[in-house]
Amino acid sequence: MSTFLEFPAVHTQPVTLTVNGRQHRIEIEPRTHLADALREHCGLTATHIGCEHGVCGACTVEVDGAPQRSCLQSAVRFEGKSVTTLEALDDDPLAAELRAAFTREHALQCGYCTPGMLMTARDIVRRLPDADEARVREELAGNLCRCTGYAGIVRAIESVLQARRAAAPATAPL
Amino acid sequence: MKAAAYRIARAGSLDEAVRQLQDADDYPKVVAGGQSLGAMLNLRLAQPDRLVDLDGIAGLAGAQETADELVLGAMTTHAAIEDGLGAAATAGFLPHVARGIAYRAVRNRGTMGGSLCHADPAADWVSALAAAGAQLVLQGPQGRRTVAAESFMRSAFEADVQPDEVLAQVRIARFSASARWSYRKFCRKTGEFALAIAAAVRDPARGVERLVLGGLDGPPRVLDEPGLLAPLAGASARAALLARALPGLDELRAALQADLLGQVAADIGARP
Repeated sequence: MSTFLEFPAVHTQPVTLTVNGRQHRIEIEPRTHLADALREHCGLTATHIGCEHGVCGACTVEVDGAPQRSCLQSAVRFEGKSVTTLEALDDDPLAAELRAAFTREHALQCGYCTPGMLMTARDIVRRLPDADEARVREELAGNLCRCTGYAGIVRAIESVLQARRAAAPATAPL
Repeated sequence: MKAAAYRIARAGSLDEAVRQLQDADDYPKVVAGGQSLGAMLNLRLAQPDRLVDLDGIAGLAGAQETADELVLGAMTTHAAIEDGLGAAATAGFLPHVARGIAYRAVRNRGTMGGSLCHADPAADWVSALAAAGAQLVLQGPQGRRTVAAESFMRSAFEADVQPDEVLAQVRIARFSASARWSYRKFCRKTGEFALAIAAAVRDPARGVERLVLGGLDGPPRVLDEPGLLAPLAGASARAALLARALPGLDELRAALQADLLGQVAADIGARP
């Protein structure tokens, strides 16, 4: 008898993902969701995994420019799409404003939810430039934070919205 | 939580999807947006052998409008509807419902057809489209057939769709200029599944007066009766209607439904 654990053979398939403008050729089981593929196969660990059933928002990434959960679908389904993770936003002007605002307003403590919060915050600022506090809170409902009570996060996003409205009083596109 | 092993294949057309669902002695399952199925897979509540992926099928998302009808592809996302698809044809009804579904990151991928076939009693389109009197077009090996949205859900998580059928279209008759509608639900938290749903469409020009009570243990209760909505301004009339429509409802849900019904009556301008 073998002293080693024996695992059944698994079916894997090659997948090419476009992440942050770079092509990643990986070999995965079809059941591997995008968040696992990003973290375990592409070496991109900014995307966090919380609940793995679409509720907590920690795994939120951008797919073709719009936020999506990365825990809910097989990574195979993202072939041919453009995925953006937090790693790509170092030099993004809006992400820089949000990072500064999150720091200033104490919008994080442990930081686990922060990657998803920043992805959602970017979407709010770009899609809803006129959002008030109530709307920001409504839009944040899909991202759970267990440290801050949300007050700092809401203030941070509101402050970026206000700064942008002050800088561009007309309805100029972002 | 990781899904049990499965395989996945993209279908290039509806015909191919139907074929992929047929030629099997395993357990295939259609995946549209995967925003409910993905959670079920991860929780291992669903363990299909194979997913038939509709994502690559051209023309399955988006809207076509005629003078009297709005036709939505089954793969149309909630976000596309939230952003205005079908707004004019339904006097803003569909975008209002779409905005309340889960969260934007889910709405960006979740689809109307997937939600209907998933048949969660607490989900929004099941009740909303029953209120709108939508017709659902399914494609199977023998061609297409049409089912009324109000009778599509058979029980919780069971829809009137055969193992080798795919939902292709949602057809909604255009609301008239005088149409009034209401969609109210109670959720413990924004974006959560609803504990109670009440929806109504009143369109005298088309002879439509329909009330839907959803978020139940099974399919929504649909009341399609002329003159039904007008008397609901009175609390006693609402209590009588609820007692008749949903006998035996538990105390919490009965209280929630009574409150929602009052809001619906106000929305559609009911008078005593």
